[in-house]
Amino acid sequence: MRRDRLMVWGLALLALVVLNPGGVHAGAVKAISGAGATFPYPVYAKWASAYYRLTGIKMNYQSIGSGGGIKQIKAKTVDFGASDAPLKPKALQEAGLIQFPMIMGGVVPVINLKGIKAGQIKLSNKLMADIYLGKVKKWNDERIKKENPGMALPARNIVVVHRSDGSGTTWIFTNYLSKVSSEWKDRVGNAKAVAWPVGIGGKGNEGVASYVRRIDGSIGYVEYAYALQNHLTYVKLKNRDGNYVEPNSQTFQAAAANADWEKAEGFYMVLTNQPGSESWPITGASFILMHKVQKKPEVAKAVLKFFDWCYKNGQKMAEDLDYVPMPMKVVSLVEKTWEKEIKDEQGNPIWP
Amino acid sequence: MEMTQNSKDMTIIRRGNAGQILDFIFANSTRICAVIVLLIIFAMMVSLFIGAWPAFKKFGLHFFISDKWNPVTEEFGALVAIYGTIVTSIIAMLIGVPVSFGIAIFITELCPIWLKRPVSTAIELLAAIPSIIYGMWGLFVFAPFFGDHIEPWISEYLGGIPFLGHLFSGPPLGIGVLTAGIILGIMVIPFMASVFRDLFEVVPAVLKESAYGIGATTWEVVKMIVLPYTKIGVVGGVMLGLGRALGETMAVTFVIGNADRLESSLLMPGNTISSSLANQFTEAVGQMYTSSLIALGLILFFITFVVLAVAKFFLLRLTLKEGQRT
Repeated sequence: MRRDRLMVWGLALLALVVLNPGGVHAGAVKAISGAGATFPYPVYAKWASAYYRLTGIKMNYQSIGSGGGIKQIKAKTVDFGASDAPLKPKALQEAGLIQFPMIMGGVVPVINLKGIKAGQIKLSNKLMADIYLGKVKKWNDERIKKENPGMALPARNIVVVHRSDGSGTTWIFTNYLSKVSSEWKDRVGNAKAVAWPVGIGGKGNEGVASYVRRIDGSIGYVEYAYALQNHLTYVKLKNRDGNYVEPNSQTFQAAAANADWEKAEGFYMVLTNQPGSESWPITGASFILMHKVQKKPEVAKAVLKFFDWCYKNGQKMAEDLDYVPMPMKVVSLVEKTWEKEIKDEQGNPIWP
Repeated sequence: MEMTQNSKDMTIIRRGNAGQILDFIFANSTRICAVIVLLIIFAMMVSLFIGAWPAFKKFGLHFFISDKWNPVTEEFGALVAIYGTIVTSIIAMLIGVPVSFGIAIFITELCPIWLKRPVSTAIELLAAIPSIIYGMWGLFVFAPFFGDHIEPWISEYLGGIPFLGHLFSGPPLGIGVLTAGIILGIMVIPFMASVFRDLFEVVPAVLKESAYGIGATTWEVVKMIVLPYTKIGVVGGVMLGLGRALGETMAVTFVIGNADRLESSLLMPGNTISSSLANQFTEAVGQMYTSSLIALGLILFFITFVVLAVAKFFLLRLTLKEGQRT
């Protein structure tokens, strides 16, 4: 009896070893893996499942955060990394990586003021910075009144809400504040987590959103998709050209289209405060990181094929999830970069 | 005849040998388990210390007394997180210990038999709820209620008291150190209550009945028979609850407000060590940032260690005093 059971276990173990699906296969690549940013995770997952149905190639993406993604791609435990904040050209150079933008989104200030609906309040960039610096404390402050003539504003305290966790959304938002206010740049700065002068922190977009929904007189910032799906009261912002714009995919695309990608070394491009009459000032792209020299060219090729398919066939899926696909002009630039930069160990280009 | 006797002896010897071997294996495997625990704790301490070393080297003792936490300029101090951890745990204990005590005494001494089982089961169910559920309940249900109905009252009536008033002033956001402490209190109650109940149940009935027999009230029985009989376990139960309160992450993160500023008021947002770690570790880049977070972890380790040591010390004092009383 006992021996029988032992044998069964032994056989099971043997079967595991022999039939291990993750084992080394010669030939076709069956799976590619990536890790990083949480912000684009929903759209990457959707693309991956559609691509799997089409080709049988699995894409495993762990949304562990941009910091983790950068660490993992540097350690080469994944085929690609993903980050919400672009790496500086120098950092890319040092790590032997290239980066390219994959998908865009916007960050939207949302408020909770009794009786005020979405898009009714207009704020200038300077006011946003002063509110987050704690210098504008009441909703009926003269400076807010000036931007919103004729609006009945209550004498309520402004409660500032920010993200408590380190996040790409905070990176984009503080990047915007640093660009529009030199005081913000000097006192607080631009990072995934900063020392906030005022306010309370909510965990994740849902944390910020629930605080804003709860607290009368609050202002927070969330990803566009989140604001839209939860019907939060967004504000209009005055952009660099002096126009008040609403957050939507047109104004995000306008910001991306007006950006000068061609001159951006290593695609280091932050889409905040871009010129253009229609541009939404707090727009950002999410980036993919890959090694320049690929030990396994067939895997790299499979990864690039997947991204190429996403660029060209994934727009609709992205828009359904309220993301903004990259403009085709930028895509062709990206693919030219693949051709030039990604090589196997012998120096032969992998793409196309 | 001789043969059978001989073979019988053999089997006895064989069985004796087998028993010895089994015993040897058993004793050593338990020993290995115990040693592994020690090794793991030691390894954790060493790796935490190595990870935290750059931060300690750069900031020195200042790390413990600085309330700055600025990832941009890479200036880090642990004071806000240490303060938040300790204060929320104190609030949790102030709420949790008396309530769990009451629950346990009610179940073991006063409860009608038909109610005993439902109450016990309810408590065990509460203990099995994952902490994220407490956090979400705290954020979506408790915090709005607390902010709308209780906090205005608190800041109006308690905010005016000299000195203490500072602790209770501020805008009624419903989110802050006090809310986190209360949620923690609710979370530790089932743990402590079920430990206390099990402890109180093992008190021999004959002791209690004797006390009742000479005319003791229920309170006197609890104070003079049940508590002295179970005190080691009670302290252990309190420590278990305190350990959970100190280390709780998700529930606290949801309701504490996560602000790295030192505020005198309990109604204002704060931060704890474990919620700082949970919030920031994934996106922490740069050696000093990561190292400072690991240093926070080491401090939490140390706080827990001190708490346990203090508890042991109290127990020792209690046992020493025993017999001196008349």
